[in-house]
This record gives sequence, C-alpha cells and structure tokens, in this order.
Amino acid sequence: MPEISIRKRPRTEAVVTQRKFFKKTARGKVVKVLRERYLRDDVACGMHSCTLCASSQDAVLPSSGSLDHPSFPSGHFVLPDTNIFLSQMDLMESPKFNPPTIILQTVMEEVRHRSLPLYNRLKALVKADDKNIWVFYNEYRSETAVIREEGESPNDRNDRGIRKATSWYNSHLSLARPPVRGQSRPPLPVVVLMSDDVANRQKAEKEGLSCVSVRKYVEGRKDSNGLLDLLAAAGSDNLDPTPAAAARQALYPDYLPTTTLLAGVKSGRLHQGHFNANQYNYLEGSVPVPGFEKPVLLVGREHMNRAVQGDVVAVEVFDEKDWKAPADEVVDQEATLKNDDADDSEEETDDDEALAEQKMLRAEAVKRAESSKQPTGRVVGIIKRNWRSYVCHIDSTSLTSTNPTSLSQQTVFATPVSRLLPRIRLRTRQAPALVGQKILVTIDRWERTSRYPEGHFVRALGKVQSKEAEQESLLLEFDVPYRPFGKAILDCLPVEGDNWVVPPKNPVDPNWKDREDLRDLIICSIDPPGCQDIDDALHARRLPNGNIEAGVHIADVSHFVHPDTPMDSEAAARGTTVYLVDKRIDMLPALLGTNLCSLRPHVERLAFSVIWELSPDAKIVDVRFTKSVIASKSAFTYEEAQIRKDDPGLSDELTESIRLLNDLARKLREQRMAAGALNLASPEVKIQLDSPESSDPVDVEQKELRETNSLVEEFMLLANISVARKIQETFPQTAVLRRHLPPPRTNFEKLQDILRRRKGMTLDVSSSGALAASLDKCVDPNEPAFNTLVRIMATRCMLSAEYFCSGSVARDTFGHYGLASPIYTHFTSPIRRYADVLAHRQLAAAIGYAPLHASLHSKSHVERVLEVVNKRHRMAQMASRASVEFYVGLALKARSSKATVIEDAYVIRAFRNGLGVFVSRLGIEGLVTFKHEIQFDADNYTITVPAGGQEITISVFDKVKVEVEVEQDKNTQRGRVVMALSQPIDSRSL
Amino acid sequence: MSSRIEILNDGGYRSDGRKQYELRDITIDLTQQGTADGSAQLTHGLTQVLVTVFGPREAKMRSQTLHDRAVLNVEMSVAPFSTGERRKRSRADRRILEMAAMIASTFEPVVQTNLYPRSQIDIYVHVLQQDGSLLPACINATTLALVTAGVPLLDFVCAVTGGVHSTSPLLDLTTLEENDVPHMTVAVMPRTRKVTLVTMETRLHVERFRELFELACEAGQTIHREMKYAVKDRTVALVNAMDAGSKGGAADDHDRDVVMDDRI
Repeated sequence: MPEISIRKRPRTEAVVTQRKFFKKTARGKVVKVLRERYLRDDVACGMHSCTLCASSQDAVLPSSGSLDHPSFPSGHFVLPDTNIFLSQMDLMESPKFNPPTIILQTVMEEVRHRSLPLYNRLKALVKADDKNIWVFYNEYRSETAVIREEGESPNDRNDRGIRKATSWYNSHLSLARPPVRGQSRPPLPVVVLMSDDVANRQKAEKEGLSCVSVRKYVEGRKDSNGLLDLLAAAGSDNLDPTPAAAARQALYPDYLPTTTLLAGVKSGRLHQGHFNANQYNYLEGSVPVPGFEKPVLLVGREHMNRAVQGDVVAVEVFDEKDWKAPADEVVDQEATLKNDDADDSEEETDDDEALAEQKMLRAEAVKRAESSKQPTGRVVGIIKRNWRSYVCHIDSTSLTSTNPTSLSQQTVFATPVSRLLPRIRLRTRQAPALVGQKILVTIDRWERTSRYPEGHFVRALGKVQSKEAEQESLLLEFDVPYRPFGKAILDCLPVEGDNWVVPPKNPVDPNWKDREDLRDLIICSIDPPGCQDIDDALHARRLPNGNIEAGVHIADVSHFVHPDTPMDSEAAARGTTVYLVDKRIDMLPALLGTNLCSLRPHVERLAFSVIWELSPDAKIVDVRFTKSVIASKSAFTYEEAQIRKDDPGLSDELTESIRLLNDLARKLREQRMAAGALNLASPEVKIQLDSPESSDPVDVEQKELRETNSLVEEFMLLANISVARKIQETFPQTAVLRRHLPPPRTNFEKLQDILRRRKGMTLDVSSSGALAASLDKCVDPNEPAFNTLVRIMATRCMLSAEYFCSGSVARDTFGHYGLASPIYTHFTSPIRRYADVLAHRQLAAAIGYAPLHASLHSKSHVERVLEVVNKRHRMAQMASRASVEFYVGLALKARSSKATVIEDAYVIRAFRNGLGVFVSRLGIEGLVTFKHEIQFDADNYTITVPAGGQEITISVFDKVKVEVEVEQDKNTQRGRVVMALSQPIDSRSL
Repeated sequence: MSSRIEILNDGGYRSDGRKQYELRDITIDLTQQGTADGSAQLTHGLTQVLVTVFGPREAKMRSQTLHDRAVLNVEMSVAPFSTGERRKRSRADRRILEMAAMIASTFEPVVQTNLYPRSQIDIYVHVLQQDGSLLPACINATTLALVTAGVPLLDFVCAVTGGVHSTSPLLDLTTLEENDVPHMTVAVMPRTRKVTLVTMETRLHVERFRELFELACEAGQTIHREMKYAVKDRTVALVNAMDAGSKGGAADDHDRDVVMDDRI
C-alpha cells in the first residue's frame, strides 16, 4: 500500500498558492475560476549525485554538465526558453544535438498552449533514450514558483519564471557542492539560458545569468556545421507576446447581405456558381460561372472566404490585369498545416499561412502564356450552403490526451476523406475512442474569426479499413440512399411474391390486354457474368422478304411500378441502382429487380418490345413498339455468347440468331462511326474477388471487351434512339431524353497544346466526327497504349451526358455528342435506372397502351425528377469508382506485402514539384512528388531532375515505371496510394 | 482551457502540484455556531462546507416519527457563489436532494438512533465553496458536527474520493479531475473498517475497482487521523476552559487524553 499523506497548504500564503482568474466559456458566460497549488521542496533537480535532492537515482544529468562547449569550460547545462521549441524543434530533435538539457514545466506548458503537435513532439523528445533531458517542475517547487504580477502579461510572467528557475539552478549547484576547507573551490558548471527572445536575454544578463541565443550556441560548438542547417530561419527575434491577447481578429471578410447578393447577381456585377475546391491545392478553388468561358479562379483562403465544396456562391471578379493562371504546384493541407492547433483559432499564428502564401507568390511570379490566364475573383457571399455529413478521420496529433479513460472535452481536427474539404474542428468527449475510426461529421458553422469550420460528431461508422465501415462511408460520402426498403414500399409488390407468374393466355385478363404473345420467339439475353437483374433480351430472324426482323425486349417494369405509389417515389428518389465491387444498392426491391422483372431464361416474363424490320445492310425499314410476353430461351454471358457464335459446329436457331444479330450490329456500328460517333476510352478495371463470401480482392485486371459486348451495345443504342424519336414526337413538351452537349472548345486547349508540343500531333475538335478522326491518328508506333491514353484524356475534357425534359431546352441542343445521334434517351434498363421507367410510361402512352399519368404531362415535374436522377447518376458513378479504388488499394496492399509493386505508368501532368501519373493496369491516377527543387518548364510540360551529375528530363506522355505502395497515414489511419518513380530515376531520394 | 491541463503529467504531478496519493489540505473548525448543538466547518482544498446539527429533539412531524428510534433529517443548501459560475440552486434541486439522501443513509447505521425514540436529529449542510470531493467533505463535516453535538456514534465516518487516470489511481479529486476521470466516493468507519457508502456516477473498469477501493479505504484512515486530532484539540481547549475557572491541572489533561485516544 503506498503511503497516503495530506499535503498542507499554509492559508496565509494564499497569494502564492491560490490563483484566481476569469474565463469565458464556449457559450459566452464568464466564469470565475479558483485554483490552488501545493508547493513542495522535493522536486528533484535531476543532477547525478546531488546532495540536496533526495531522490536522484533516476537523474539523467551528469553532475558536471557538458564539458565540450568551448564557451563554457567549466561545464554547462542548457535551459531552453519556450521560443526554442516553437521555432527550433528540428534542431532539438537532432541526434547530434544533445547537451544536458533542463526543460522547465513552464516551457512545457507554454508549448502545449501554443501547439499540440509540437507539444507531442516535445514529449517524445523528453522520453528519447539518446537525450540528456530532465524536466524540472519549477511551478511546484516552492523556491521557483512565480505568480503573475499586476499588469504583467502571461508571457512576461513565464519569462520571469524561467529566469528565476535558471538562477535557482545556479545557486543550487553551488549549494550542492559546499567548499571543502583547505581546497580551492573547483569551478562550477553553469546553467545557460538559451533564448531567442532579446528582451528576455537582456533581463537575464541584468540579473547576472549566463544566456545565449541558439545560433550563437550552435556556432560555438565544435561540430556546428551539421547543426547549422537545422536552424530555422531566425524569424522575429522576439516572440509575438501573446497571440491570445491579440484577440480574435477576423480572418475572413464579412459576407454581403442576401439582398445585395441577389441584386448584384441580377445586375451582372456579381456572378453565381458552384464552388469547386482544387484537390491538388487547398489554397485554390474555382467557380464556373455563365459569364465567363473559363471558371473564375479563387486564390487564397481569404478569397475563397469560407466556401465549401458544392456551395452556391456569389463571386466578385477582379480587374483583368489581376487575372492569373492557376498555380502549378501541389499544396497539401496536412503537410503545410500540420502544426496547427485545434483548440482555439485565436492561437493560430500566421507562420504557416505566410509560408503557403509565399509559395503561391512564387508560382505567380512565373510568367505564363497569356492564354492560360483565368479570371480571378473573391467570394462575397453564400447563396446556398450545400453542407451535408462528411466522412472523416480524427487527426490524432490534435488530441490533448490520448488516454482512453479520459472523459474530458477536447477540441480536435477531423480530416474529411475527400481532399476537397477543409479540416473540421470538432468538440468531443470521446476523442480517444474515435481515433482510428471512420466517423460522420456535420459542419455547423464557419465563423469569420475561425480558420476552420466547426462541426459536430454524428456517429461512428467503424474501424478504418474494415470493409463495412469503408462501404458505408462510401455510400454516405456520395449520398447514396441505402436504407432497406420500408413496409409501405414492399406493400406495393404483387401479393403472390416469388410465386407470381404470367397468367395463362386469356384476352380478358388485364395482364394480357393489348400484349403480343412472343413466347415462341427464339429470344436470349447476353449479360456480364453473375448478372441477376437481366433487363434486356434480343432476338433476330430472317423474314420471307429477305429483310431481317430484330427485336429488343426490355423488362416491363412499368407494369409493376405504378406512378404515385410509395415504390415509385422511392425509386425516383434513388434514381439508379448503385454497383459497388461487392454490393449492389438496388433502386427497386429485389423481388422485382432480380426475379419478376428480370428476363430470366425458361420463364415467361412481361416485356416491352421494340421490333425493327431491317434491310440486310442494317437500314431501318420499319419499327414498332409493343407490350409483350416473352420466354427467354437462354441467358448467356458475353463470353459464352462469343464462344457459341464462333463455334462452327453449331448451327441451331439460337446460334444463328446471335450470328445474325452480330452481323447487323457490326453494320450498325459502321454506320454510327461514319456519322461521327466517338470511340472513347475510360480506365476500367475489374476486381477479382477471392470468393463471394470472403470478398478479399485477389487481383486487379483490366476489363476485357468482346465482340458480343458491342453487339448488345449497338442494339440498345438503336432501341434508345428509336424510342427517343417516338416519345419526342408524341410528347414534344415533356419527353424524357438524354443529351450530351458538345464540349466547349477551350476544354481541349490544354490537351491540344500538350499534343502539339510533345508529339507534334494535332487534335481537330471542330465536330465529334473530326475529333474521332484525329483521335484515330494519334498513334505512337512505339507505344501501343498511347492512343488509349489520349482517348482517356480527351474524355476528361468533355462534359457529362444528362437527362433533360424535351420542352425545357432548345430543339437544336438535343444532340448526343459522343454517339453522334440527334436524339437519344434511356429505355433499356428500367430495373436499374429511373429515367428508363419514365420513358417506358411515355412510350406506353404513345402507342395507346395506357393513358399517360398526369405528372408526366407536367414539364416542371419531369424537370424536377430528372434533376434528382442526374445527380444520383453522377454520384453513383463516383461511388462505384471509389469502391473500385478502395479494392485496388486492398489488392495492392496484399500484393505489396509480398513484393514491391512496380507498374508502367504514363505521365499525364507536370507540376512544379511533382508529376501526375496514370497507371493503366490498375486504372488509378497518382502523384509523384519531389521534395527537392526540380526544374519545371511549364510551356513544354517537362520537368528536369538532377540525377547524379546528369539531368533527366521527364515530360508529359512519357512512359515511366512507378513503385506503388499503400501507405497508412499515421494521423488519420487513412490508407492512401503512394507512388514513387523508379524509372528512369528513383524519386525517393529527391 | 480546461482541456489543456494534464491530469497527471509525466513527472507524476497532478495539476495542483500534488502527487497521486496526496490529499489536499484539510482545515477543521469546530467552534460553536449560534444555537446549534453541534457544528463543524471543514475546508478541504478549495471545498468548504459548514454543517450544523440540532437535536436529538422532539420530532416535529408526527407522520415521520418512528416509535423505536430517532429520525435523521438532512437538509442541504448550496450557496450560489460556491461555484465559478454563479447559479442559484433551489432546495428541491434533484442533485442536492440526492446528496442529502446519501448523507442520511450513510449515517443511519452509524448514529445510535435507537437511544432516542420518537425524536429527530436535524443536520443542516451548507456548501460554501466547491472544488471537487464535495460529498466526502459533507460527510466528514457531518461526522464532526455530530461529534461536537454529543450524539452517540458507533464510529467516525471518513469519506474520500478516488479516480483512475489511465491506469494510475488518484486520491481526492478536484473538480477538474472529476470532470475527466472515472471516480468513486467511499465512506469508511475506520475502527470497524466497515464501509458505509460507495457511490459512482461514472463507469469504472472492474479490474481497477478493487485497487482503487482498497486505496480509498486506506485514505479514510489518514483522514480519520486528521479528524481525530481536530476533535481532541477542541476537547482539550474546552476542558482547559472549564478548568480555568476552578484549577489548572495539566497532568490531569494528559490522562484524559489517553483515555479519549482509546475511545475515538
């Protein structure tokens, strides 16, 4: 049992032992705080064999100090001031720098108040084995405790405390060695106050203490050369007294009132648009506005003025002479602001910001071509916030206490998974428990006085890297509704459930009314392997007149999903089925999607059929649309269909019909290409899963495309185009169509310039046909993959396709640029896309099968629904891409644990301090950064890296080899792909 | 600010300069307060409570009278200026009522109530200042007030709080510490080594409980010593005052002291 004692505190000395102060709470109340402290005489000095301090067995300081500094021949100890740790931490951490050091409690606490990350480094430093560091708790020792005097700033009080402790140490040293009679007193070691604060040094000298600046101390050492490099630029000689006292100055300008904003936007003085953050540079954002061809560039935190990705903002555009080119540098928030403190914005110094600003200025100094200039501006107000919940990680360095039992409230940083968002400041009582978890955080507000937005914790999703947490965070991050279907929705399903079948043929049965009986046709479906929601099937047969009848049969979803039912509104809200690598989030309940609507083989199913009569050279002679009943004869995978088609031994009806379809598809494709359709490429990879249960990724491979893929594609396009024509004719105001706007020519400028300079190739972007032709010519005989790369990059320059209501836009903008079709819609996948369900309803009305529901006559309703569907569609694409990326990461991790992964990559962008590369085999993009200075030629898109004497130039489109690794961020536990160049040069040393 | 203070730093010091097993300063004043039969003012660190005891006297409320023993009636009031944030608390505040009930139930087995049937003992607890360990301070002061009132007790009741920071136990917590670490309050009867109260409002790991509980019991002994001296000093002073009227007898004092020491 340890000894339990009562500490006595003389009440008469309350001035020294009691401290009274006022503080303001988070809610703005002023609270009086009274604290006491117990002064003691048993705080050890830490010197070996000290005769005065009782417990010195664990003392680390040599009794004679360090003798190897020429300025202090009798030995010395270093006692650093707070500013040493705030600005010279690198030096203190250096293994070469280890004089016996005394760190005062006052200094520790001051560092803790200024910057937690630095404090954590300091704590690690104190514990390090190779250092002679003793922490002296001077505030608890009766001789060295100081109290703040009237009118004294906290900083001055601390400085005085440090001086007092220094002088106490010196007298303690002499007391510990009483002179022995008859012997001359040996020279005593000194305790040297090391400070960069001139005022503090002056006062110390006045008091007769020895003191020294860091630079002078290091210069005086014998081995100064290596250490001088570590000295941070001697900033201001005196530390900014108290940033806290400097009050909360506003970091951002105020927003204009809403009325002024709206009036300004109306008059054209201000511009309205969505704010897009730059994922490579957190100090830059842009706002595409209708008034300018190029998006308005916002440079610096102040001009972005608290806008968050996705907000609708009003911007003021600067004079043309201030227009700038976007910075060509990668600026990482975490790297730049790693020492920033979460607790109080008032304690944010300007150092790091100044640093980042400096970099920006340097980038600006480089004269860029006039053409690359962009309008710049600043945000003057927010029209609509689009804040949602963000998936974040807790930044572990921002924690005050990592003690898992701690229940105290802490202010910490939450780093969003998306690089487009700023860090969020969070107050929580469970911070230690949340480290290493994915959590959901909502932004509450962003004050002018605070550098970061403030938010609150919503809930924890689970351990980082666990599949469940990652999956859920992905769905949340992309706003995918993934709750199970409610009872009201499930009640809309047929009561028979799984046992529902097409009733026997009977003309009065409502199921058979106006339906054609196509059960005898040789119909089959071709889908990817493992497909459960089969929404299309095909057939083809020769007609007696020499023409060919081809049919596309689409699952008749609108037979089951009626307008104005809970199921319909849920499907409209979900918009689309989302495919993740290991999970599918259905738009419709599984009973419909994978059973009743799915055109499975050997069962009778309701369908909506498009049947053409085509001439042998694939010209449409006639088309008709009908509701039908079909019975698919077989469900093939692409591969099976391909093998069947290529097998000369087979000549049954089914095989013949596939051959016929294939024949027609080839001709259709030729026609389409001749009309100027683009053959685009997107990096698609497939994740090989170990088994459906374990879902551990085994490997990543690129998707293989077969002839049969294009067979299905061609007929679906044909069906969509035919349906689009029909519904547009019948409902010119409200038809649900899809379009792909031609990209603005400026989008291609950069790619054209790169191609011209690097490869001497030109890209004709005057029309989709011309683009297709010039893309075909972009071939590098030595690099077969080069063409694909150019296609991928060209695809990125284009706009994305969208659904629209035919009455809401001009007739001449209906066209689909990529497909080179004047009109287009989506009709063929009603199980997984809501727009197709609407098209089904419109087509059914157009052929007089059923009256059109009133809502589909209303332009505003259709517009509203399509807006949601467009958004969901975009999000679903991003979600599945992110899911693939996550699995690529897992696969990489599995692979790199065995051996280093080295892959071929192409350079796609060059930055001032790095390269953007694309690894086609993994379908991922990455960044290679260089720590040291490299030469960057912005006009020629090249960088030059010094490599052991000679210089190596790398330019865009060059093929390089990169080493790919998955690294876990120490702070946030976020796994991220890190790339390093391995050929032509190893970049890790640079 | 508060989140910036380390509960227990690497040097083994707590935020007020104490070490893990060190209790705060205890000052006890047993001077008579007005018409009260017994009173005690206890200052424990920055927590200060004044307890006055009236009785045993005839029970006022017939309905609550017990025919075979006395009723303990504890009333507690918290001064609005006792905390940093000035706030008026009504007497019906649930927290205060609960604490009063806890004090009453702590003393029920200690006070020999069966000696005073159909009567009541009123205990008034006034909280003047609070900085953690409020309940132990109230309990300790109540013991002393009952002692000065001459109410027969089976034993002293000595209470103390204990908490666990990470794996290190701490004794006698301040408000700052109570807000941060899981803690419990233990009241022991030092001579019989019986425990009359254990209460926790936070969750504590079961493996830490035993260690902390034993430590708190031990700390009760230390507090007992302090309380004992206070009672002795007060009695000596009173006896001296009595003797001062007739004759002074220092040796006599000493004998009494020995006798008393045995009893308390």
